[in-house]
Amino acid sequence: MNETPSDLKFLDTHEWIKIDDDAVIVGISDHAQSELGDVVFVELPAIGDEFVSGDEAAVVESVKAASEVYTPLSGEVIEVNEVLEENPELVNTSPYEDGWFFKLKVTDENLGSADNMMTADEYLSWLDGNN
Amino acid sequence: MNRTFLYGSHKILGAKFVNFSGWEMPIHYGSQINEHNCVRNDLGIFDVSHMNIFDFEGTEAQKFLRYVLTNDVGKVENSCALYSVITNEKGGIIDDLIVYKFNNENFRVVSNCSTFENVKAFFEHNIKRFDCELIHQSNLGILAIQGPKSETSIESMLGLDLSGCKGFSFIVKNSLFISRTGYTGEDGFEIIGEFEELKKIWDLCISKNISPIGLGARDTLRVEAGMNLNGTDMTIENNPFESNLGWVVDFNDIERDFIAKKRLAEIKKTNQFKLVGVLLKEKGILRGGQKIIKGNIEGEITSGTFSPFMKKSIGLARVPIDVDDSADVLIRNKPLNVKILSLPFVRKGKIMI
Repeated sequence: MNETPSDLKFLDTHEWIKIDDDAVIVGISDHAQSELGDVVFVELPAIGDEFVSGDEAAVVESVKAASEVYTPLSGEVIEVNEVLEENPELVNTSPYEDGWFFKLKVTDENLGSADNMMTADEYLSWLDGNN
Repeated sequence: MNRTFLYGSHKILGAKFVNFSGWEMPIHYGSQINEHNCVRNDLGIFDVSHMNIFDFEGTEAQKFLRYVLTNDVGKVENSCALYSVITNEKGGIIDDLIVYKFNNENFRVVSNCSTFENVKAFFEHNIKRFDCELIHQSNLGILAIQGPKSETSIESMLGLDLSGCKGFSFIVKNSLFISRTGYTGEDGFEIIGEFEELKKIWDLCISKNISPIGLGARDTLRVEAGMNLNGTDMTIENNPFESNLGWVVDFNDIERDFIAKKRLAEIKKTNQFKLVGVLLKEKGILRGGQKIIKGNIEGEITSGTFSPFMKKSIGLARVPIDVDDSADVLIRNKPLNVKILSLPFVRKGKIMI
Protein backbone atom coordinates (compact mmCIF):
# COMPACT_ATOMS: atom_id res chain seq x y z
CA MET A 1 0.00 0.00 0.00
CA ASN A 2 1.45 3.36 -1.05
CA GLU A 3 0.75 6.48 1.04
CA THR A 4 -1.54 8.91 -0.78
CA PRO A 5 0.20 12.31 -1.04
CA SER A 6 -2.09 15.09 0.15
CA ASP A 7 -1.05 17.55 -2.57
CA LEU A 8 -2.58 15.50 -5.39
CA LYS A 9 -6.03 15.81 -6.93
CA PHE A 10 -7.96 12.77 -8.15
CA LEU A 11 -10.52 11.80 -10.77
CA ASP A 12 -13.17 9.11 -10.58
CA THR A 13 -11.32 7.37 -13.43
CA HIS A 14 -8.40 6.92 -10.96
CA GLU A 15 -5.91 9.35 -12.51
CA TRP A 16 -4.13 11.82 -10.25
CA ILE A 17 -2.69 15.23 -11.09
CA LYS A 18 -0.01 17.27 -9.41
CA ILE A 19 0.08 20.98 -10.18
CA ASP A 20 3.56 22.27 -10.98
CA ASP A 21 3.31 26.00 -11.89
CA ASP A 22 1.58 26.19 -15.27
CA ALA A 23 1.86 22.44 -15.85
CA VAL A 24 0.35 19.30 -14.36
CA ILE A 25 1.89 15.88 -13.90
CA VAL A 26 -0.49 12.95 -14.51
CA GLY A 27 -0.37 9.42 -13.14
CA ILE A 28 -2.70 6.67 -11.89
CA SER A 29 -3.64 5.99 -8.30
CA ASP A 30 -2.38 3.26 -6.02
CA HIS A 31 -5.86 1.74 -6.10
CA ALA A 32 -5.76 1.67 -9.93
CA GLN A 33 -2.35 -0.02 -10.10
CA SER A 34 -3.46 -2.57 -7.52
CA GLU A 35 -6.60 -3.38 -9.53
CA LEU A 36 -4.56 -3.74 -12.74
CA GLY A 37 -1.97 -6.09 -11.26
CA ASP A 38 1.59 -6.37 -12.62
CA VAL A 39 2.07 -3.61 -15.21
CA VAL A 40 4.11 -4.85 -18.18
CA PHE A 41 3.71 -2.15 -20.83
CA VAL A 42 2.95 1.56 -21.01
CA GLU A 43 2.21 3.46 -24.22
CA LEU A 44 2.93 7.16 -23.69
CA PRO A 45 1.81 10.15 -25.73
CA ALA A 46 4.34 12.08 -27.84
CA ILE A 47 5.76 15.41 -26.74
CA GLY A 48 3.75 18.12 -28.49
CA ASP A 49 0.49 16.11 -28.53
CA GLU A 50 -2.46 18.32 -27.67
CA PHE A 51 -5.37 16.89 -25.73
CA VAL A 52 -8.79 17.98 -24.59
CA SER A 53 -9.74 16.84 -21.10
CA GLY A 54 -11.20 13.33 -21.23
CA ASP A 55 -9.08 12.28 -24.23
CA GLU A 56 -7.31 8.96 -24.11
CA ALA A 57 -3.67 10.00 -23.69
CA ALA A 58 -1.85 6.82 -22.68
CA VAL A 59 -2.41 3.09 -22.36
CA VAL A 60 -1.31 0.98 -19.43
CA GLU A 61 -1.24 -2.79 -19.82
CA SER A 62 -0.96 -5.35 -17.04
CA VAL A 63 -0.45 -9.05 -17.65
CA LYS A 64 -4.22 -9.41 -17.70
CA ALA A 65 -5.63 -6.38 -19.51
CA ALA A 66 -5.15 -3.04 -21.25
CA SER A 67 -6.58 0.18 -19.76
CA GLU A 68 -6.72 3.73 -21.04
CA VAL A 69 -5.33 6.69 -19.16
CA TYR A 70 -7.46 9.78 -19.74
CA THR A 71 -6.07 13.27 -19.55
CA PRO A 72 -7.78 15.11 -16.72
CA LEU A 73 -7.15 18.57 -18.22
CA SER A 74 -6.77 20.09 -21.65
CA GLY A 75 -3.24 20.96 -22.67
CA GLU A 76 -0.05 20.14 -24.53
CA VAL A 77 2.30 17.30 -23.58
CA ILE A 78 5.69 18.79 -22.63
CA GLU A 79 7.32 15.80 -20.97
CA VAL A 80 6.78 12.04 -20.76
CA ASN A 81 8.20 9.52 -18.29
CA GLU A 82 10.34 7.54 -20.75
CA VAL A 83 11.68 5.38 -17.92
CA LEU A 84 8.33 3.56 -17.98
CA GLU A 85 9.12 2.11 -21.41
CA GLU A 86 11.88 0.00 -19.89
CA ASN A 87 10.53 -0.21 -16.33
CA PRO A 88 6.73 -0.31 -16.50
CA GLU A 89 6.63 -1.96 -13.06
CA LEU A 90 7.32 1.49 -11.54
CA VAL A 91 3.60 2.11 -11.99
CA ASN A 92 3.06 -0.64 -9.39
CA THR A 93 5.90 0.12 -7.03
CA SER A 94 5.78 3.93 -7.09
CA PRO A 95 2.47 5.15 -8.53
CA TYR A 96 2.79 8.65 -7.03
CA GLU A 97 6.51 9.30 -7.64
CA ASP A 98 8.59 7.38 -10.20
CA GLY A 99 5.54 5.92 -11.95
CA TRP A 100 4.13 9.22 -13.33
CA PHE A 101 3.02 9.17 -16.98
CA PHE A 102 3.22 12.62 -18.61
CA LYS A 103 3.34 16.36 -17.97
CA LEU A 104 0.90 18.77 -19.60
CA LYS A 105 1.23 22.51 -20.09
CA VAL A 106 -2.16 23.98 -19.31
CA THR A 107 -3.66 27.46 -19.48
CA ASP A 108 -4.78 29.19 -16.27
CA GLU A 109 -8.34 28.91 -17.48
CA ASN A 110 -8.03 25.12 -17.87
CA LEU A 111 -6.19 24.78 -14.60
CA GLY A 112 -9.26 26.14 -12.86
CA SER A 113 -11.14 22.90 -13.49
CA ALA A 114 -8.74 21.15 -11.11
CA ASP A 115 -10.70 22.82 -8.31
CA ASN A 116 -13.57 20.42 -9.03
CA MET A 117 -11.40 17.33 -8.65
CA MET A 118 -11.28 15.25 -5.47
CA THR A 119 -8.67 15.83 -2.80
CA ALA A 120 -6.72 12.80 -1.58
CA ASP A 121 -9.05 12.42 1.43
CA GLU A 122 -12.15 12.79 -0.73
CA TYR A 123 -10.82 10.20 -3.19
CA LEU A 124 -10.05 7.68 -0.44
CA SER A 125 -13.46 8.02 1.16
CA TRP A 126 -15.09 7.83 -2.29
CA LEU A 127 -13.21 4.53 -2.87
CA ASP A 128 -14.37 3.25 0.52
CA GLY A 129 -17.94 4.10 -0.38
CA ASN A 130 -17.65 2.09 -3.60
CA ASN A 131 -16.33 -1.05 -1.96
CA MET B 1 -21.45 -16.97 -6.60
CA ASN B 2 -19.90 -20.42 -6.03
CA ARG B 3 -16.87 -20.73 -3.78
CA THR B 4 -14.54 -23.69 -3.27
CA PHE B 5 -13.89 -25.16 0.18
CA LEU B 6 -10.62 -23.19 0.21
CA TYR B 7 -12.20 -19.74 -0.20
CA GLY B 8 -11.40 -18.79 3.42
CA SER B 9 -7.78 -19.87 2.98
CA HIS B 10 -7.42 -17.77 -0.18
CA LYS B 11 -8.84 -14.78 1.64
CA ILE B 12 -6.37 -15.12 4.54
CA LEU B 13 -3.52 -15.31 2.00
CA GLY B 14 -4.60 -11.95 0.56
CA ALA B 15 -6.05 -13.23 -2.71
CA LYS B 16 -7.62 -10.85 -5.16
CA PHE B 17 -10.72 -12.60 -6.48
CA VAL B 18 -12.30 -12.79 -9.90
CA ASN B 19 -15.59 -14.16 -11.15
CA PHE B 20 -14.61 -17.17 -13.24
CA SER B 21 -17.75 -18.65 -14.82
CA GLY B 22 -19.76 -18.09 -11.66
CA TRP B 23 -16.96 -19.12 -9.29
CA GLU B 24 -15.25 -16.62 -7.01
CA MET B 25 -11.64 -17.69 -7.56
CA PRO B 26 -8.25 -16.18 -6.67
CA ILE B 27 -6.69 -14.38 -9.66
CA HIS B 28 -3.46 -13.70 -7.73
CA TYR B 29 -2.16 -13.33 -4.19
CA GLY B 30 -0.06 -10.20 -4.81
CA SER B 31 1.94 -10.66 -7.99
CA GLN B 32 0.89 -12.81 -10.92
CA ILE B 33 4.41 -12.58 -12.40
CA ASN B 34 6.10 -13.84 -9.22
CA GLU B 35 3.61 -16.69 -8.99
CA HIS B 36 4.25 -17.61 -12.62
CA ASN B 37 8.02 -17.71 -12.10
CA CYS B 38 7.63 -19.77 -8.92
CA VAL B 39 6.02 -22.55 -10.95
CA ARG B 40 8.65 -22.39 -13.73
CA ASN B 41 11.61 -22.33 -11.35
CA ASP B 42 10.43 -24.02 -8.18
CA LEU B 43 6.85 -25.04 -7.45
CA GLY B 44 3.42 -23.73 -6.57
CA ILE B 45 0.00 -24.94 -5.49
CA PHE B 46 -3.31 -24.17 -7.22
CA ASP B 47 -6.88 -24.66 -6.07
CA VAL B 48 -8.71 -25.88 -9.19
CA SER B 49 -11.71 -27.33 -7.40
CA HIS B 50 -14.02 -25.35 -9.69
CA MET B 51 -13.34 -27.96 -12.36
CA ASN B 52 -15.69 -30.91 -12.78
CA ILE B 53 -15.12 -34.56 -11.98
CA PHE B 54 -17.28 -37.22 -13.60
CA ASP B 55 -16.86 -40.91 -12.83
CA PHE B 56 -18.09 -43.62 -15.22
CA GLU B 57 -18.82 -47.11 -13.95
CA GLY B 58 -20.27 -50.12 -15.72
CA THR B 59 -19.52 -53.09 -17.96
CA GLU B 60 -19.72 -50.80 -21.00
CA ALA B 61 -17.84 -47.83 -19.57
CA GLN B 62 -14.98 -48.24 -22.05
CA LYS B 63 -17.35 -48.86 -24.93
CA PHE B 64 -19.22 -45.67 -24.04
CA LEU B 65 -16.08 -43.51 -23.78
CA ARG B 66 -14.70 -44.92 -27.04
CA TYR B 67 -17.91 -43.63 -28.63
CA VAL B 68 -18.12 -40.16 -27.08
CA LEU B 69 -14.45 -39.11 -27.03
CA THR B 70 -12.51 -38.31 -30.23
CA ASN B 71 -9.39 -39.87 -28.72
CA ASP B 72 -9.41 -43.63 -28.12
CA VAL B 73 -9.36 -44.83 -24.50
CA GLY B 74 -9.00 -48.35 -25.94
CA LYS B 75 -5.28 -47.71 -26.39
CA VAL B 76 -4.78 -46.57 -22.78
CA GLU B 77 -3.34 -48.85 -20.07
CA ASN B 78 -4.91 -49.05 -16.63
CA SER B 79 -3.76 -46.24 -14.28
CA CYS B 80 -3.01 -43.98 -17.24
CA ALA B 81 -4.59 -40.79 -18.55
CA LEU B 82 -5.51 -39.46 -21.98
CA TYR B 83 -6.27 -35.96 -23.26
CA SER B 84 -9.30 -35.68 -25.56
CA VAL B 85 -12.10 -33.47 -26.75
CA ILE B 86 -15.81 -34.11 -27.05
CA THR B 87 -17.62 -32.68 -30.07
CA ASN B 88 -21.13 -32.24 -31.35
CA GLU B 89 -22.37 -34.02 -34.50
CA LYS B 90 -20.74 -31.32 -36.66
CA GLY B 91 -17.32 -31.85 -35.08
CA GLY B 92 -17.53 -28.60 -33.08
CA ILE B 93 -15.68 -28.73 -29.78
CA ILE B 94 -17.90 -28.92 -26.68
CA ASP B 95 -14.97 -29.22 -24.27
CA ASP B 96 -11.52 -30.64 -23.77
CA LEU B 97 -10.86 -33.02 -20.90
CA ILE B 98 -8.57 -35.59 -19.36
CA VAL B 99 -9.86 -39.13 -18.95
CA TYR B 100 -8.28 -41.47 -16.39
CA LYS B 101 -8.62 -45.22 -16.76
CA PHE B 102 -8.81 -47.37 -13.62
CA ASN B 103 -9.84 -50.39 -15.71
CA ASN B 104 -12.27 -51.19 -18.56
CA GLU B 105 -15.25 -50.64 -16.26
CA ASN B 106 -14.09 -47.61 -14.27
CA PHE B 107 -13.02 -44.23 -15.60
CA ARG B 108 -12.74 -40.67 -14.33
CA VAL B 109 -13.09 -37.53 -16.47
CA VAL B 110 -12.03 -34.02 -15.43
CA SER B 111 -13.51 -31.24 -17.55
CA ASN B 112 -13.76 -27.46 -17.47
CA CYS B 113 -15.77 -25.34 -15.09
CA SER B 114 -17.42 -23.07 -17.66
CA THR B 115 -18.90 -25.93 -19.70
CA PHE B 116 -20.44 -27.92 -16.84
CA GLU B 117 -24.07 -27.88 -18.04
CA ASN B 118 -23.22 -28.71 -21.65
CA VAL B 119 -20.80 -31.49 -20.77
CA LYS B 120 -23.18 -33.06 -18.28
CA ALA B 121 -26.05 -32.92 -20.79
CA PHE B 122 -23.80 -34.40 -23.49
CA PHE B 123 -22.81 -37.36 -21.34
CA GLU B 124 -26.35 -37.91 -20.03
CA HIS B 125 -27.81 -37.86 -23.54
CA ASN B 126 -25.31 -40.33 -24.98
CA ILE B 127 -24.99 -42.72 -22.05
CA LYS B 128 -28.58 -44.03 -22.22
CA ARG B 129 -27.94 -46.99 -24.52
CA PHE B 130 -24.84 -48.17 -22.64
CA ASP B 131 -24.51 -50.20 -19.46
CA CYS B 132 -22.67 -47.39 -17.75
CA GLU B 133 -23.46 -45.02 -14.93
CA LEU B 134 -22.41 -41.36 -14.69
CA ILE B 135 -21.55 -39.93 -11.26
CA HIS B 136 -20.82 -36.22 -10.89
CA GLN B 137 -18.39 -36.01 -7.95
CA SER B 138 -19.37 -32.65 -6.50
CA ASN B 139 -17.95 -33.59 -3.08
CA LEU B 140 -14.39 -33.91 -4.32
CA GLY B 141 -11.89 -31.09 -4.87
CA ILE B 142 -8.75 -30.75 -6.98
CA LEU B 143 -5.35 -29.29 -6.07
CA ALA B 144 -2.57 -28.89 -8.62
CA ILE B 145 1.03 -28.89 -7.41
CA GLN B 146 3.20 -27.89 -10.34
CA GLY B 147 6.85 -27.10 -10.94
CA PRO B 148 10.22 -28.84 -11.20
CA LYS B 149 10.35 -29.50 -7.45
CA SER B 150 6.83 -30.91 -7.17
CA GLU B 151 7.81 -34.59 -7.11
CA THR B 152 10.32 -34.38 -4.24
CA SER B 153 8.15 -31.94 -2.37
CA ILE B 154 5.00 -34.10 -2.47
CA GLU B 155 7.01 -37.23 -1.69
CA SER B 156 8.43 -35.73 1.49
CA MET B 157 5.22 -34.00 2.59
CA LEU B 158 2.90 -36.94 2.06
CA GLY B 159 5.39 -39.76 2.59
CA LEU B 160 4.78 -41.19 -0.89
CA ASP B 161 6.92 -42.75 -3.59
CA LEU B 162 5.99 -41.13 -6.89
CA SER B 163 8.80 -42.62 -8.99
CA GLY B 164 6.36 -45.13 -10.51
CA CYS B 165 3.88 -42.39 -11.39
CA LYS B 166 5.10 -41.35 -14.85
CA GLY B 167 3.70 -38.54 -16.99
CA PHE B 168 0.00 -39.04 -17.74
CA SER B 169 -0.39 -41.82 -15.21
CA PHE B 170 -1.92 -41.84 -11.74
CA ILE B 171 -1.88 -43.63 -8.41
CA VAL B 172 -4.55 -44.04 -5.75
CA LYS B 173 -3.28 -43.81 -2.19
CA ASN B 174 -5.85 -44.22 0.58
CA SER B 175 -8.54 -41.68 -0.32
CA LEU B 176 -6.28 -39.59 -2.57
CA PHE B 177 -6.12 -39.77 -6.36
CA ILE B 178 -2.78 -38.41 -7.59
CA SER B 179 -2.06 -37.95 -11.31
CA ARG B 180 1.04 -36.63 -13.05
CA THR B 181 -0.86 -34.14 -15.18
CA GLY B 182 -1.26 -30.38 -15.31
CA TYR B 183 -1.80 -27.22 -17.31
CA THR B 184 1.53 -25.44 -16.95
CA GLY B 185 4.08 -27.15 -19.20
CA GLU B 186 6.09 -28.13 -16.11
CA ASP B 187 6.33 -31.42 -14.30
CA GLY B 188 3.55 -31.59 -11.76
CA PHE B 189 0.69 -33.41 -10.14
CA GLU B 190 -3.02 -33.01 -9.64
CA ILE B 191 -4.55 -34.37 -6.46
CA ILE B 192 -8.23 -35.24 -6.18
CA GLY B 193 -9.74 -35.96 -2.79
CA GLU B 194 -12.31 -35.06 -0.19
CA PHE B 195 -12.36 -31.43 0.92
CA GLU B 196 -11.06 -32.13 4.43
CA GLU B 197 -8.10 -34.16 3.17
CA LEU B 198 -7.21 -31.57 0.56
CA LYS B 199 -7.49 -28.73 3.07
CA LYS B 200 -4.83 -30.52 5.18
CA ILE B 201 -2.54 -30.80 2.14
CA TRP B 202 -3.13 -27.15 1.23
CA ASP B 203 -2.32 -26.01 4.78
CA LEU B 204 0.77 -28.21 4.86
CA CYS B 205 2.02 -26.71 1.58
CA ILE B 206 1.42 -23.15 2.81
CA SER B 207 3.24 -23.95 6.09
CA LYS B 208 6.20 -25.16 3.96
CA ASN B 209 6.19 -21.80 2.13
CA ILE B 210 4.97 -23.28 -1.14
CA SER B 211 3.47 -20.37 -3.10
CA PRO B 212 -0.25 -20.35 -3.75
CA ILE B 213 -0.86 -19.63 -7.45
CA GLY B 214 -3.91 -17.83 -8.83
CA LEU B 215 -5.80 -18.23 -12.08
CA GLY B 216 -3.84 -15.31 -13.59
CA ALA B 217 -0.56 -17.21 -13.55
CA ARG B 218 -2.39 -20.40 -14.51
CA ASP B 219 -3.39 -18.60 -17.71
CA THR B 220 0.08 -17.20 -18.58
CA LEU B 221 1.66 -20.60 -17.81
CA ARG B 222 -0.71 -22.43 -20.14
CA VAL B 223 -0.24 -19.86 -22.95
CA GLU B 224 3.55 -20.31 -22.71
CA ALA B 225 2.93 -24.08 -22.74
CA GLY B 226 0.81 -23.67 -25.90
CA MET B 227 -2.26 -25.22 -24.29
CA ASN B 228 -5.74 -24.18 -25.37
CA LEU B 229 -8.35 -22.65 -23.13
CA ASN B 230 -11.82 -23.79 -24.11
CA GLY B 231 -14.14 -20.85 -24.79
CA THR B 232 -11.15 -18.70 -25.76
CA ASP B 233 -8.91 -20.55 -28.21
CA MET B 234 -11.70 -22.87 -29.30
CA THR B 235 -15.48 -22.88 -29.10
CA ILE B 236 -18.33 -25.02 -30.39
CA GLU B 237 -17.74 -23.22 -33.74
CA ASN B 238 -14.23 -24.69 -34.04
CA ASN B 239 -13.14 -28.18 -35.03
CA PRO B 240 -10.11 -29.95 -33.50
CA PHE B 241 -8.01 -29.62 -36.67
CA GLU B 242 -8.10 -25.83 -36.64
CA SER B 243 -7.43 -25.89 -32.88
CA ASN B 244 -4.03 -27.64 -32.91
CA LEU B 245 -5.84 -30.77 -31.70
CA GLY B 246 -5.92 -32.98 -34.79
CA TRP B 247 -3.76 -35.41 -32.78
CA VAL B 248 -6.62 -36.13 -30.37
CA VAL B 249 -8.90 -37.38 -33.15
CA ASP B 250 -7.92 -41.03 -33.46
CA PHE B 251 -9.00 -42.82 -36.66
CA ASN B 252 -6.56 -45.74 -36.22
CA ASP B 253 -9.08 -48.39 -35.21
CA ILE B 254 -11.35 -48.54 -38.26
CA GLU B 255 -13.84 -50.64 -36.27
CA ARG B 256 -14.41 -47.85 -33.76
CA ASP B 257 -17.35 -45.53 -34.32
CA PHE B 258 -17.38 -42.22 -32.48
CA ILE B 259 -19.46 -39.06 -32.55
CA ALA B 260 -18.93 -37.03 -35.75
CA LYS B 261 -16.37 -39.56 -37.05
CA LYS B 262 -17.41 -39.14 -40.71
CA ARG B 263 -17.67 -35.40 -40.43
CA LEU B 264 -14.27 -35.12 -38.73
CA ALA B 265 -12.67 -37.27 -41.45
CA GLU B 266 -14.01 -34.81 -44.07
CA ILE B 267 -12.88 -31.80 -42.05
CA LYS B 268 -9.40 -33.28 -41.75
CA LYS B 269 -9.12 -33.18 -45.56
CA THR B 270 -10.68 -29.77 -46.17
CA ASN B 271 -9.66 -27.76 -43.10
CA GLN B 272 -8.35 -24.28 -43.97
CA PHE B 273 -7.14 -22.95 -40.61
CA LYS B 274 -4.63 -23.75 -37.92
CA LEU B 275 -3.87 -22.57 -34.40
CA VAL B 276 -0.30 -21.33 -34.02
CA GLY B 277 1.95 -19.42 -31.67
CA VAL B 278 2.67 -15.74 -32.30
CA LEU B 279 5.50 -13.66 -30.92
CA LEU B 280 5.30 -9.86 -31.05
CA LYS B 281 8.53 -8.44 -32.48
CA GLU B 282 7.75 -4.87 -31.42
CA LYS B 283 6.65 -3.12 -28.24
CA GLY B 284 3.12 -3.81 -27.07
CA ILE B 285 0.95 -6.62 -25.76
CA LEU B 286 -0.99 -9.13 -27.83
CA ARG B 287 -4.61 -9.66 -26.73
CA GLY B 288 -7.38 -11.99 -27.81
CA GLY B 289 -9.48 -10.54 -30.64
CA GLN B 290 -6.68 -8.60 -32.37
CA LYS B 291 -6.60 -9.15 -36.15
CA ILE B 292 -3.65 -10.68 -37.96
CA ILE B 293 -3.09 -9.58 -41.54
CA LYS B 294 -0.72 -10.53 -44.33
CA GLY B 295 -1.77 -9.48 -47.81
CA ASN B 296 -5.21 -10.99 -48.33
CA ILE B 297 -4.74 -13.37 -45.45
CA GLU B 298 -6.61 -12.65 -42.25
CA GLY B 299 -6.42 -14.36 -38.88
CA GLU B 300 -7.10 -13.57 -35.25
CA ILE B 301 -5.32 -13.72 -31.93
CA THR B 302 -7.29 -16.04 -29.63
CA SER B 303 -5.17 -15.60 -26.48
CA GLY B 304 -2.55 -12.93 -25.98
CA THR B 305 -0.51 -11.91 -22.99
CA PHE B 306 2.87 -10.92 -21.66
CA SER B 307 5.09 -13.95 -21.10
CA PRO B 308 6.74 -13.56 -17.70
CA PHE B 309 9.28 -16.28 -18.53
CA MET B 310 10.30 -14.97 -21.97
CA LYS B 311 9.65 -11.33 -21.08
CA LYS B 312 7.99 -10.84 -24.45
CA SER B 313 4.44 -10.66 -25.64
CA ILE B 314 3.13 -13.96 -26.99
CA GLY B 315 -0.18 -15.43 -28.00
CA LEU B 316 -2.12 -18.11 -29.77
CA ALA B 317 -3.73 -17.27 -33.10
CA ARG B 318 -6.02 -18.91 -35.63
CA VAL B 319 -4.65 -18.28 -39.13
CA PRO B 320 -5.08 -19.77 -42.61
CA ILE B 321 -2.93 -22.91 -43.05
CA ASP B 322 -0.80 -21.35 -45.81
CA VAL B 323 0.40 -18.35 -43.79
CA ASP B 324 4.21 -18.02 -43.70
CA ASP B 325 6.35 -17.19 -40.68
CA SER B 326 5.77 -13.43 -40.52
CA ALA B 327 2.64 -11.25 -40.45
CA ASP B 328 1.23 -8.07 -38.91
CA VAL B 329 -1.07 -7.76 -35.92
CA LEU B 330 -3.33 -4.73 -35.57
CA ILE B 331 -3.01 -3.20 -32.10
CA ARG B 332 -5.09 -0.04 -31.65
CA ASN B 333 -5.16 0.22 -35.48
CA LYS B 334 -1.36 0.11 -35.77
CA PRO B 335 0.21 -2.80 -37.69
CA LEU B 336 3.02 -4.42 -35.69
CA ASN B 337 5.19 -7.32 -36.83
CA VAL B 338 4.63 -10.80 -35.38
CA LYS B 339 6.49 -14.04 -35.95
CA ILE B 340 4.34 -17.13 -36.55
CA LEU B 341 5.63 -20.18 -34.68
CA SER B 342 4.72 -23.71 -33.83
CA LEU B 343 3.75 -24.38 -30.22
CA PRO B 344 4.76 -24.64 -27.41
CA PHE B 345 6.79 -21.59 -26.38
CA VAL B 346 8.03 -23.12 -23.13
CA ARG B 347 8.30 -26.70 -21.90
CA LYS B 348 9.88 -27.84 -18.61
CA GLY B 349 11.72 -24.60 -17.92
CA LYS B 350 13.10 -24.26 -21.46
CA ILE B 351 12.22 -21.79 -24.20
CA MET B 352 11.38 -23.90 -27.25
CA ILE B 353 11.29 -21.28 -30.02
